[in-house]
Amino acid sequence: MPVVTKNKKRGGLLGNLAAKENGQEMTGGEILVKALELEGVDMVFGYPGGAVLALYDAIFRAEKLQHILTRHEQGAVHAADAYARVTGRPGVVIATSGPGATNLVTGIANAYMDSVPLVAVTGQVALDMVGKDSFQEADITGITLPVTKYSYLVKDVKDIAGIVQEAFFLASTGRPGPVVIDLPKDIAAAKAEFFYPPQLNVPGYRIPKNGNSQQIKQAVRMLAEASRPVIVAGGGAVNAGASPELLELVEKLGIPVISTLMAKGVFPENHPLSLGMPGMHGTAYANYAISACDLLISIGMRFDDRVTGKVDTFAPKAKIIHVDIDAAEIGKNVRVDVPIVGDAKFVLQQLLQLVEVKDYSQWRDRVYRWRREFPLKYTQDCGSLKPQYVIEQIYHLTRGEAIITTDVGQHQMWAAQYCRCHYPRRFISSGGLGTMGFGLPAAVGAQVAKPDALVIDIAGDGSLQMMSQELATIRQYGLPVKIALINNQYLGMVRQWQELFFGRRYSHSDMAEGGPDFVKLADAYGIKGMRVTKSEEVRPALELAINTPEAFLIEFVVEREENVFPMVPAGGSLNKMLGR
Amino acid sequence: MKHTLAVLVENRPGVLTRIAGLFSRRGYNIDSLAVGRTENPAISRMTIVVEGDDRVIEQVGKQLYKLIDVIKLTDITDEEYVDRELFLIKVNADPATRGEIMQIVDIFRARIVDIGKNSLIIEATGDEGKINAIESALRPFGIREVVRTGKIAMVRGPK
Repeated sequence: MPVVTKNKKRGGLLGNLAAKENGQEMTGGEILVKALELEGVDMVFGYPGGAVLALYDAIFRAEKLQHILTRHEQGAVHAADAYARVTGRPGVVIATSGPGATNLVTGIANAYMDSVPLVAVTGQVALDMVGKDSFQEADITGITLPVTKYSYLVKDVKDIAGIVQEAFFLASTGRPGPVVIDLPKDIAAAKAEFFYPPQLNVPGYRIPKNGNSQQIKQAVRMLAEASRPVIVAGGGAVNAGASPELLELVEKLGIPVISTLMAKGVFPENHPLSLGMPGMHGTAYANYAISACDLLISIGMRFDDRVTGKVDTFAPKAKIIHVDIDAAEIGKNVRVDVPIVGDAKFVLQQLLQLVEVKDYSQWRDRVYRWRREFPLKYTQDCGSLKPQYVIEQIYHLTRGEAIITTDVGQHQMWAAQYCRCHYPRRFISSGGLGTMGFGLPAAVGAQVAKPDALVIDIAGDGSLQMMSQELATIRQYGLPVKIALINNQYLGMVRQWQELFFGRRYSHSDMAEGGPDFVKLADAYGIKGMRVTKSEEVRPALELAINTPEAFLIEFVVEREENVFPMVPAGGSLNKMLGR
Repeated sequence: MKHTLAVLVENRPGVLTRIAGLFSRRGYNIDSLAVGRTENPAISRMTIVVEGDDRVIEQVGKQLYKLIDVIKLTDITDEEYVDRELFLIKVNADPATRGEIMQIVDIFRARIVDIGKNSLIIEATGDEGKINAIESALRPFGIREVVRTGKIAMVRGPK
């Protein structure tokens, strides 16, 4: 292994801009708020409590910073996460010490798995009480250690501004991720002169931009030699803002593109070269293309097991070029022929300068034939309402231009399949962690980020019941979120696996008993709603919801035992799909 | 195969936890880990001995390097380097066996640093092979306690 030394140069632009604030005496809470504002934050999500009273007092008196009060800390962190996914800027969440902080853990892990820039500020007991099992004390930097990019326990009020600056820098650069700032209550109340350091000092941190030119040349040579190339784009392409370059490269070369769940919309799904999503519930033609290609170019995609299926039989005939900003992803799950560590946007620009046009039309025709022969399909029989139909109608009505959030489960996969997406940052879904309950608070965050956008939460009945208290947040702030609830009264994906792999023994996946009347539930929060049970009611109901200026919930009571197909069983080969 | 990694890290709170946590979370095996500050008090140096095939070692290196507090990382396994370990051992020693133990101590250029009524504490430094040899030479007398620092290492020559 060669000696590797990280880049020592660090920018200090924001520090210089902050000079006018320097020298003013403030409380720790005020310093934190001012530092957030200097980082360009105008919106935070959170939930107050004993250890953050001084901070909340500063928020009360803040000039620019606005705060959204959710009804659960997990709702706040998911909202901040979605805010970041929609805007590309770090989301900020605040919670109190102890249970407030531990309630963030799922959301922090969620952001970590999906590489979302997030800054979580947690209250902590006073510094001299730390380590004494004090009331509402939890070692949150310890608890979140494996799911954060970095974390800080603030020990001096004078450090706050610099820590905020560094936290935003780390959260939003390189491979983005969550950063925790744990702020003891006495530090938040203590006073100090505001000082925004002009320069950051993080000698152990490096941000890859361009790929190694030799490896770029090798990739170009392999493209020239290949006859059946395919591109698989992942969330890294979205984070890099690489859509224009990706489109240009693909149109120049005429190579089919597959987008993972995290990359939906990074390449327009109505483009003829788009093959949709790969993997467990991907399209048959995407999986066939991966299985048959002789060159696979992965751009910001980490070869998750839901994408690869059985690793040994993944892209068996292909050489693999792996472009990733995180060197540790390369070679982690699959063997790679050409590793390129770099920012997807920069690497694509490098490739664009060197690639030569080649005729791949035979390969394209073969892929298009698969697409004609094995399209996504479901049977629409009379009498029952098909969830796929509902989601297809949402797509047709919104033409792929709405911001869609989802929970996790069958409805999520149907949304990924049937709700095509043509722009990046408009399909907001919990990919890596697979967090049920994500969809509703994510819709809150998305709507707050884009007040004028149409935001639709495609929800499951199991998932919605995990976070339904956030209906109150929607109501309080008058957010015009539309909730399309796909209600099959099951934990549908659990039931599907039980049907296919556990002899139809539906162990604790039936939620019919005890399921609420969701329209009444919405009504209890002052949110309009209606129930739909027939196909012909779907479109009018969706039109009504979309044309209603405030929030609206539609409960679609769908066929209970519908399955998501195609399906590659866990650990199976991509070209062996059930229900193709 | 065992690899020896020389790692420079920022001397910040929690850095040891981050590295130890990384090894346990990713399922890597630490053979030994020694840490102390360098000539620059803001920087600590760790010598980590880790067991694994090339693929595992490559991942260990990349995952370590990804940690924000890690400044520089070198796998010195294939380099010319000096390595040492400090070792204290307490062995049973009555007047009848003391002479024999002292001979072993001389052979290994170790030192007796404490004499008790029925025991001795011996201090030795050396590479892993030497330390293991002393330990097995002393085993017949009855080992009461052993403490080892883990390996520290430095590459030979100017670099």
